[in-house]
Amino acid sequence: MAKPVVQTISSAIWKRAFVESFTKLNPRTMVKNPVMFVVEVGFVITLLLSMDPNLFGGHFGPGSGERAFDIVVTVILFVTILFANFAEAIAEGRGKAQAESLRKTKTDLTANRRREDGAYESIPATSLRKGDVVQVVAGELIPVDGEVIQGLGSVDESAITGESAPVIRGSGGDFSSVTGGTKLLSDVLTIRVTANPGESFLDKMIGLVEGASRQKTPNELALSVLLAALTLIFLIVVDTLKPMAHYVGGNRNIDVATLIALLVCLIPTTIGALLSAIGIAGMDRVIRFNVIAKSGKAVEAAGDVNTLILDKTGTITIGNRLASEFLLAGPHSSQELVEVAVLSSLFDETPEGRSVVDLGKENGVSFVREQYGDAENIEFSADTRMSGLNLPDGTELRKGAVDAIRNYVLVAGGTVPEDLESQTERIAREGGTPLAVAKDTEIYGLIYLKDIVKPGMHQRFEELRKMGIKTVMCTGDNPLTAATIAKEAGVDDFIAEAKPEDKMRLIREEQALGKLVAMSGDGTNDAPALAQADVGLAMNSGTQAAKEAGNMVDLDSDPTKLIEVVSIGKQLLITRGAITTFSIANDVAKYFAIIPAMFILMIPQLQALNIMHLTSPRSAILSALIFNAVIIPLLIPLAMRGVKYHPMSATAMLMRNLVLYGLGGIVAPFIGIKLIDLILTAFGWANI
Amino acid sequence: MTVQGVAAILVTVGLIFLLAIPLGGYIYRVFMGQRSKLEGVFGPLDRLLYRVIGVNPAVEMDWKAYIRSLLLVNFVMALFVYLIFRLQGVLPLNPNGIHGMSWDLAFNSAVAFITNTNWQSYAGEQSMSYLGQMVAVTYLQFTSAATGVVAVIAFLRGLVGHRGTSLGNFWVDFVRVQTRILLPLAFLFALLLVGLGLPETLLGAQAVHTLSGGTQIIARGPVASLEAIKQLGTNGGGFFNANSAHPFENPSPLTDVLEIIAMALIPVALITTFAQFIKSRAHAVMLYGLLVGMLLVATFIIYGAEAAGNPIVHHLLGISGPNMEGKEVRFGTSMSSLFTAVTTSTATGAVNNMLDSLTPLGGMVPLLLMMFNMVFGGIGVGLLNILMFLIITVFLSGLMVGRTPEIFGKKIESREVKLAAAAMLVHPFVILVPTAIAVATKMGTSSMLNPGLHGFSEVLYAFTSAAANNGSAFAGINANTVFYNVTLGVVMLLGRYVSMVAMLAMAGSLVKKAVIPESQGTLKTGTLSFGLVFIAVVVIVGALTFFPALAIGPIGEQLQMLSGQLAH
Repeated sequence: MAKPVVQTISSAIWKRAFVESFTKLNPRTMVKNPVMFVVEVGFVITLLLSMDPNLFGGHFGPGSGERAFDIVVTVILFVTILFANFAEAIAEGRGKAQAESLRKTKTDLTANRRREDGAYESIPATSLRKGDVVQVVAGELIPVDGEVIQGLGSVDESAITGESAPVIRGSGGDFSSVTGGTKLLSDVLTIRVTANPGESFLDKMIGLVEGASRQKTPNELALSVLLAALTLIFLIVVDTLKPMAHYVGGNRNIDVATLIALLVCLIPTTIGALLSAIGIAGMDRVIRFNVIAKSGKAVEAAGDVNTLILDKTGTITIGNRLASEFLLAGPHSSQELVEVAVLSSLFDETPEGRSVVDLGKENGVSFVREQYGDAENIEFSADTRMSGLNLPDGTELRKGAVDAIRNYVLVAGGTVPEDLESQTERIAREGGTPLAVAKDTEIYGLIYLKDIVKPGMHQRFEELRKMGIKTVMCTGDNPLTAATIAKEAGVDDFIAEAKPEDKMRLIREEQALGKLVAMSGDGTNDAPALAQADVGLAMNSGTQAAKEAGNMVDLDSDPTKLIEVVSIGKQLLITRGAITTFSIANDVAKYFAIIPAMFILMIPQLQALNIMHLTSPRSAILSALIFNAVIIPLLIPLAMRGVKYHPMSATAMLMRNLVLYGLGGIVAPFIGIKLIDLILTAFGWANI
Repeated sequence: MTVQGVAAILVTVGLIFLLAIPLGGYIYRVFMGQRSKLEGVFGPLDRLLYRVIGVNPAVEMDWKAYIRSLLLVNFVMALFVYLIFRLQGVLPLNPNGIHGMSWDLAFNSAVAFITNTNWQSYAGEQSMSYLGQMVAVTYLQFTSAATGVVAVIAFLRGLVGHRGTSLGNFWVDFVRVQTRILLPLAFLFALLLVGLGLPETLLGAQAVHTLSGGTQIIARGPVASLEAIKQLGTNGGGFFNANSAHPFENPSPLTDVLEIIAMALIPVALITTFAQFIKSRAHAVMLYGLLVGMLLVATFIIYGAEAAGNPIVHHLLGISGPNMEGKEVRFGTSMSSLFTAVTTSTATGAVNNMLDSLTPLGGMVPLLLMMFNMVFGGIGVGLLNILMFLIITVFLSGLMVGRTPEIFGKKIESREVKLAAAAMLVHPFVILVPTAIAVATKMGTSSMLNPGLHGFSEVLYAFTSAAANNGSAFAGINANTVFYNVTLGVVMLLGRYVSMVAMLAMAGSLVKKAVIPESQGTLKTGTLSFGLVFIAVVVIVGALTFFPALAIGPIGEQLQMLSGQLAH
């Protein structure tokens, strides 16, 4: 598998979904979905009526057309159920296709296991147990999840992560975990097995994408309860209608097929048919985002998160500090300062050095390396704490830690400018790192190195604030520096000089207030906090312990993905809510179609309610029923894709979605049913 | 409709609020255990009562203990009253020599009063001794109202509790609501009514000689004291069969206005109490705005329909004007409409006009108000219904904004939805199923005096009234049969206690949860937009549930009337 992203639905998925629409008709499968099960029971009853229209009493003769009507209702109900099954099957399809390609990776893996006598034996990977030690040499697939206990090598993890650039794995530290199914590109690794067969990361991933280990999430359960209650209410409504109508109408009674049609139209079949598809597709979206959620509950919890704990380095800021400003000290011009600074960094390949050159360029100062081919580059060393360039004419250019440069200048017999001290303090106060710049015996000024907040972060924190999520930045920096970066990035709060225990304490405090907390982490020392957090996103590059502790693993190891996961979690809920609202709102129009039709003989005046002016009672009932069926496949794309989510206040979003899906849900079926009625009439089927 | 009529309606509704809002604050203080100015009177009285019934007021109860005490007390009281009804023929205070009730009528009546329904399958002046009126009826009119109040107070404690278990002490609540709220209010109101001409006597009916030379028996009795709590406790069970249309229960337009205010007083006040519990004025403003809106819309639909009159009558008799059949001239169309809307929205059931004689549309409004059962609703239980619908609305809205739904900082999860769904489900169940049984069986149809759509409406109304614990009737059916006494009795019991138990169970689950602090992502529930969603959910769920039944009842009847066809 190249990258776990399946963009389109292949024809194989279509085919399988089609077949499964039928296999899922098994009542034992259907009963798990009470709404659709009721439809299936209705289908069986109308099927029996198609054979004998007078099965449950009544005296319909051959001329009444009742049998034809029963048959048509039976067919529509059957198609309705197929549509529902198809929705679920197509949602599962993508996962199944992914799982298959993952499984291919898994088969035929062999391992060199170390025997007790120290020799290695070749065995199938499936017989490896936790604690076994295996050896892998370059070019082989790593047979199982484990921890490197000896060696250092580069590993191609593209089978799992889709990322083609190899990563370094080695014993000790935070980069010791390897995943089964990945390929060792160089060197030899000795690995201790950490997962029994069937429990490996690959196995879990297969289970997840396949939906085999899918359990209903808490909100899905609650919604199922509500849908079951609504179904029960409508069962009562329709069951009691027959005796009531009998009292009012005497002999002119309502036929069973019409009652079943009314029932199926009223019960929330649209959401009932799409509910599991929405859940599966939601998980699928997370997976396509290269995040493996260990449960649907975790994704849903992500949508509810109140507090987001993010590490500063690598998440909020890019890893290195960069030059942001030149500060003059002493008598020279700023042009001179920039020239000296850039020259001293000309051959400096560190990110800091490159950033000085870049900043110089912005200030209109640039030098070409070739012109200084005979200059001597002085590399940074921990000893001198400075770097620079010695020109052929003897000029020495240096940049480095302020006290190191000061000593350097004083030793050479120069003087220190008076304002150097105050400038240095200013930079420190603002949370930056000062680098002094000197040429021979003179100090020219300072380079202001600072943490660079990743582009777009400020806006994302703003969005999170709109969603009501508080962001907390964790950093090892001193409080001054931390405050500066926190302000610049726009986070709500920060912990400076943070130790792993501090994160844990913060999580517990927030949880005690009833809040849900999300965090990301990669190191072993993050593991307890990852486990404590409600949503713990572990980096795939991290340790096995961290991956075990978190309830999600990000294959791309990008901690900012937490923010996307939150959006996906919310989107999952909104999609469910929107289609539920739509489904219930649809009932209004269906009543206006069916009730006048139903009582046409008993209470002709009720035709006043036939505001859609449907052609005949039967075409009215059939149009409502057909609309009810057709709307399911029409909404499959929405269920799969999810409702669009824009960060905005809860009240604004409620109004927006209500207008769209509530009002839309009331209006759409009036139009749809009328259209279907027109088509039926045009084909002359209005009076079957 | 006339300007005076409209003005009378608006002024009366305004007066309700003027009195109810301060009362709501007072109720909150009573249950928060705050001292009142009359602590010197109430304090010792309460403590004496605790000692007499042998309870320790310091004990805190979880939801199970609370509902157990509530149900036990209700059962014992119902049993006591059942025995009085059965034995009233041989008990004292029976100057008119009335006989004991049959078992089914006694069951129906005991249930009717314990459930705050006050459905009366009997005519008071003919079938109830003074002992029954005072010790059974008036007594239960206090305790059933008290039961409703304490149930919702216990729920509110659960709603605002933070990781606790206690919903308060049932006995303390039950005593305080009587000594500090119901008894003082009823005492004052009864005195006022006596002053305005209602009889209050233990003497038997009086025989008088009329001008035309005949003899007439004028029924009387301890009317004012019953009338006071009948209205204040949203009971509705009248002393006389004609209820508040009877000149001894409701002699003048002034007493009419006072009785309307009294019915709505505590249900309206409890919204303020609720808002003080959750410390949110916004919720009170939102609920008041929407519920009064619904009440006024309902009132004006009745008023409009009645003022327009019946086109068939106009045509046949060559007259025009409002439909005055069954209305008292001293109240007129407007105050009859307001009384009808208030009595059915607050689940009181008192009537000052003949509901069966309303136009079909005018008669559908009280039916709908009882089907919704949450436009203020009965004392205490009305607010419980409002909260139940709020929770369902919050659940749906929470999904729409992408967050696990929360109400007042409490997460709504599967258990809460399950219980709310149970509470919601029971109402249509106990209306539609018995109605269907009644119209499908000989037992049911043999009591029906009218055929066709109107006859159906009458049965539907009876069961809706029983389910909503309202107690008003369309009449037109002889309800004093074993079938109707038993089915209506069971419907009243289920309509009252199933949702009460479900809601207290929910309170027991809510009280354990942490209160989540509000953030920007929290869906604000005290806003107009949320309120509109709330009303939409109530109306759509209600309409979807009852539309078919209404279509073959009042809607069909109204359409028939407009098309000029006589009801058959």
